[in-house]
Amino acid sequence: MRNVVAIFQRELRAYFASPIVYVMATIFLLITGAFFYLTVRAYAEASLRAAGQPFAATYLNSTEIVFRPIFANVWIIMLLMMPLLTMRLFAEERRQGTIELLLSYPVRDGDVILGKLLAVFAAFGLMLVLTFAYPAYIAAVGTVEWGPVVTGYLGLVALAFALFAWGMFFSTLTENQIVAALIGFGFALLAFILGWLGDATQGTVSTVLRYLSIQGHLESFARGVLDTRDVVYYVLATTLGLFLTWRTLDARRWRA
Amino acid sequence: MIQVEGLTKRYGRISAIEGLSFSVEKGEIVGFLGLNGAGKTTTMRILTGFIPPTRGRASIAGHDVVTASLEARRHVGYLPESAPLYTDMPVRAYLDFVGKVKGVAGSERPGKIDAVLSACGIAHVADRQIGRLSKGYRQRVGLAQALLGDPDVLVLDEPTSGLDPAQIREIRELIRHLAGTRTVILSTHILPEVEMICSRVLIVHRGRLLADGRPDTIGREQGLGGDVTVAAAAPADTLAAVLADLVAPGDPRPPADRGVTVLPAAPGEDGAVARLRVAQRVGTDLRPEIARAVVSRGWPLLELHGAAATLESVFISLVTKDGGPHAEDDAPEPVADAARAEGTGAPADPAAEPAGKE
Repeated sequence: MRNVVAIFQRELRAYFASPIVYVMATIFLLITGAFFYLTVRAYAEASLRAAGQPFAATYLNSTEIVFRPIFANVWIIMLLMMPLLTMRLFAEERRQGTIELLLSYPVRDGDVILGKLLAVFAAFGLMLVLTFAYPAYIAAVGTVEWGPVVTGYLGLVALAFALFAWGMFFSTLTENQIVAALIGFGFALLAFILGWLGDATQGTVSTVLRYLSIQGHLESFARGVLDTRDVVYYVLATTLGLFLTWRTLDARRWRA
Repeated sequence: MIQVEGLTKRYGRISAIEGLSFSVEKGEIVGFLGLNGAGKTTTMRILTGFIPPTRGRASIAGHDVVTASLEARRHVGYLPESAPLYTDMPVRAYLDFVGKVKGVAGSERPGKIDAVLSACGIAHVADRQIGRLSKGYRQRVGLAQALLGDPDVLVLDEPTSGLDPAQIREIRELIRHLAGTRTVILSTHILPEVEMICSRVLIVHRGRLLADGRPDTIGREQGLGGDVTVAAAAPADTLAAVLADLVAPGDPRPPADRGVTVLPAAPGEDGAVARLRVAQRVGTDLRPEIARAVVSRGWPLLELHGAAATLESVFISLVTKDGGPHAEDDAPEPVADAARAEGTGAPADPAAEPAGKE
């Protein structure tokens, strides 16, 4: 455990020593902020129109009009941005040769992997925490159904862990960070559009494709529902990604 | 302290090391000598648990590097070639991280870090970022991290490569000074380095162990007598052929393969002077015959002196006997850093060697 903490601290330090986290946090907040502005504007206009119609007003709630679209957009942004956070994790150590020294210390491969996973999550967590400003703003000017907001964030966390585990795996495959990121993009987008392939097929194939697709496992979180099938999906995806990372690290027959 | 038995590492069909066996006792400073690609780095990477061997076994302080890897790694301080450190960290923060993963207790850590900082002479740059340090200082930080946690065994891969002559001297002094009771295995292709630092030398070539002994006696053990240096006003090629016939009469090979090396002319000598070195077999002294052979041909004999076989002549003789330095199946050694500096790797200028006896 002490090793996990040591590696976590060093990795987190490395994230904040490079510009990547600052640049990414800025872009992430700009984009989510723009979406937030647009959805809140739409919400305000709808509220204005509904002002004279008490019946219509009952259909207006912030969960449906503001948060669900925002969460849906954040998923897409994450599919594109998370590979940029994970690409350096092992590729950089291989390129610099530091992996050789790191693995000569008495640390288990699992400690290294866990420390790195937690570090990349902490770096992302910071960006996520900054977005708490959006629901806080709505709460200040109107009412917020907190349940769906909390489960929506849990969905983001679950998606993040799965993307990080796989991104880390891709980072062990190459010493070129760009290649690691590209595989990450390809994988994330492919996993996303599997759902459309599922729609175009029939029978068992369709069911399997739909289950494997990320798409089918996001919606319920934003609706305030914690479905076991979705939870299992992310736990399995994360575990498999970490397992593959561990196996490649263990194989280690690298021509450094 | 280090046991290696039949160690073999293959990359596909290429063999990086083949059946390597040796053992190192506590307190020895062993020089691992070989050309680039001889298998030095591969062996060290196996010893430090970075790569597993294809066959054979290696253990550190009684712990197998594969089956008890974690325990073996606790006893090793490693400095890989070109010192790959986290360049984005300040020295002290970096050493604090290394101390943590090496299991140095929190209360002892600051003291131990200060100790290695001052032992390596880098206390005054403790708060500087590693990436901003000179190569020599980075190498010292590399040594400091290897020393942290008081390992019994230090594995140093080309610790002086890429440094300038002043830095090389400092690092050598440091290694000699730090060794103390530790067991040290260091790789190099700089021959005088081994003579200066090491109590024992292992010569590896194309993945196999060719010789094992003390730097000053390994020549005799390998059947090599002293070297004789001859300077005469004569055509170099003709003189070489004459001398080669004295060393190995009737041998059809060219003089270079019979232990006769043409040396560069000394400063101030013009092209008319040939300077050669003759490697003799153990127990022979060819000086009288050489003098007679030169003089009888009417060439003025300018110099003639003998010395014990240098490590260089031992090395060259072993390596050439084994099929030359650039055999086709020479296993490429995986190199972490392309910036492997060769500038300081040249063997010592033989003309600068002490004249020895006579």
